[in-house]
Formats: sequence, structure tokens, C-alpha cells
Amino acid sequence: MRTGLLARKVGMTRLFMEDGRHVPVTVLLLENCQVTGQRTEKTHGYNAVQLGAGPVKVKNLSKAVRGQFAKAKVEPKRKLVEFRVDADALLEVGAELSVDHFVSGQHVDVSGISIGKGFAGVIKRHHFSGLRATHGVSVSHRSHGSTGQCQYPGKVFKGKKMAGHMGAERVTAQNLVVVRTVDAEGLLMVRGAVPGARNGWVLVKDAAKHPRPDEAPYPAGLRPNKTEEAKAAEAKAAEAKTEEAAAESGDDGADAAAPEAGKAKKD
Amino acid sequence: MNILEKLEQQEIAARAENAAIPDFGPGDTLRVNVKVVEGTRERIQVFEGVCIARKNRALNSAFTVRKISYGEGVERIFPLYSPQISSIEVVRRGAVRRAKLYYLRGLTGKRARIAEKRDERRPSKKKTAKN
Repeated sequence: MRTGLLARKVGMTRLFMEDGRHVPVTVLLLENCQVTGQRTEKTHGYNAVQLGAGPVKVKNLSKAVRGQFAKAKVEPKRKLVEFRVDADALLEVGAELSVDHFVSGQHVDVSGISIGKGFAGVIKRHHFSGLRATHGVSVSHRSHGSTGQCQYPGKVFKGKKMAGHMGAERVTAQNLVVVRTVDAEGLLMVRGAVPGARNGWVLVKDAAKHPRPDEAPYPAGLRPNKTEEAKAAEAKAAEAKTEEAAAESGDDGADAAAPEAGKAKKD
Repeated sequence: MNILEKLEQQEIAARAENAAIPDFGPGDTLRVNVKVVEGTRERIQVFEGVCIARKNRALNSAFTVRKISYGEGVERIFPLYSPQISSIEVVRRGAVRRAKLYYLRGLTGKRARIAEKRDERRPSKKKTAKN
């Protein structure tokens, strides 16, 4: 079992496919999803990776939490989650995950916190049909009916569907198909609806009821290390600067030095 | 919502490359060439009728075309940016005073006619629009 992704729900739209079909999709955004910690069998009793995502103001974090991020040497994150993984799928702390962790056509399970509905009646909460509109029914058209039997059993059974709080609970939508991934912008497009409100956090995992496709990267689809790239870019910029400086400083032997510098630049 | 808008604009741009959408509105008579797949063969089917409504919602834009087929009214709603539409031709421009011509559903024959938009007027209209 490999890790999943921590993403933010952007909203829904539609995509037109080349064969003329159009697919309703939910767009999920990966905001700098990084590994912030490891849980190992040896020290914690189970194997898991801790992922963090989203920007957060450092001033709003407690000193203790700041210390955790400092130890992991990652930028502070708004949201942290854990994914249980196999021992060989543990990831290095600091590694950044990419949307190419999933391949298009793959089935995934998406979990989120559903939109809260408050205290809801039985018609809305459990799809009861309510009472009749006429024939002597008064005031209680949307109520439930009987809740049990008689003197025996003399109680209402546990789990009886009644009115109560609805929504704002963890819901998993299973077997959604990944339609498209855009690595440059960190967008993951999944067919169909996903639990939760816009801007809510969702967890995307390989589907439990479908085999993981062979093309999906194991242990994870990682983005190339940013720091290395940045270093390379800086080194290039520095080289160019020194060359320029060399070309300018050679005032006396400008005729000789300038073409050489020009050549070096071209190379 | 910015990400979604950007995404939809990209999709629209990709569609626009393949097929230009002419300027049309309710009341216009359209000839819509629809791609139809029969087994392995793809051919083009023409649906010609009056545009009775347009819905403008970026990528989710659509238009409704109504025609009388063998004495029976037939309406078809096309997504404006559907790749199944190979092209749209405007056959005739109609002069109407409503955005949605649902009243045509209750009318047949001579009563369901729509006057043609006069050509001389259009250039002057465009000028005012530009100014």
C-alpha cells in the first residue's frame, strides 16, 4: 500500500473528450504537498507517512508546532494528515508529491468532510416519506411514524433512524476515475462529485476495490527536488554574470577578449 | 474560482481552434452539422431549425434549436463547445424581441413565422456598439 495525496477541492466543471463525450469533473489542487514526517514500526508501532499541504502564516503557529516543522526542515503547512503505508513505501521527509502519483484512468477513493446540514429531520436525513397531507394528519406531515413495537420489547432499538445532526462528517467517495492530471499547476481532475465544500481538504487514495495500475509510480510520484533545481539555476546565473564582468573589464584588450566572451556565452 | 475559470478558458480556446462559432442569437435559423458515429464509421448529420434560446455560461454554454419534423415539434439542446458539433451555419437572421422564444412551442404554421432581420440596419448598429 502506498501513500495518497492531500489536496484541496477547487470546484466542479466539465471536460470534453476527443470522442465527443463530456465528463463532469471535480478539480482538486495540490498545494505544495510535502512529506513532513514518518511513522515507523520500530518507534511508533506502525508505518505511515505524514503529509502536509497549503501555506500558513508562521506567526499563527504555536512554538511547539513551529519546532516540528523546523525539525522536519519543511515549510510550515496548514494541514497535516497521515497515510498508512507499507514499509517499503515510506518516503523521505521533505519529498514533494506530484499529481502524477495517479495516472489518468485510475480508480481512486476520495475522503473529505461533508457539508454540514445542521439538525435535520428524517425526510432529509434518512429519506423517509413522511406522513400524509390530509386524512386527519395534523402538524406532523414531515415527522417519522412509529419508532417501535409494544410493551415487549418496551424500548426503542438502538440505531433507530431519527432526526438529528446531519453532515460535517468524514465521507469517502469510492471508485472515482482520474480523468486528467496537470503537473505544472498541480491539478487533479476526478470524474464525479467529491465530498466536502469548495476549498475543503480531501484525501485521495488508490481505490480499495480496484487493483493499482502498473503505470502508477511506486512508492510515490515525486516532484524533482526544488532545491537542486534552484541551485542549478543560480549557478547558471552566476556563470553568466562572471562572463559579462570579464567582457567588460577587458577594456584594453577589448578587441581580443570580447569575441572570446561572446563565444563562451554562445557555448 | 480563478483556477476553474482559467481551466474553462483553456478548454474553450482548444475548441475554438477546431471549429469557429459564428455570431448568432435567438430567432436565427441554424444548420448544425453534428458528428454521428455509426459502428466504426463517422458521418455528419444536419439538424436545421430555429434557435429559440441561448445559455451563456462560459464552457457550459448551450443553445436550443427547434424544428418541425413530420408535423411534430423537435427540440435539441447543443452544448456550444461540444466536439460533436462539426460546424454551425447561420441560414437566416430573425428579428425577435425576446431572448427565449419558448412561445413558439404553442404556435404552428403561419403564426410561428419569424420576420427576417433587415440587413441595412446591422452596419449602423455595429457602429454604435463600437462607439
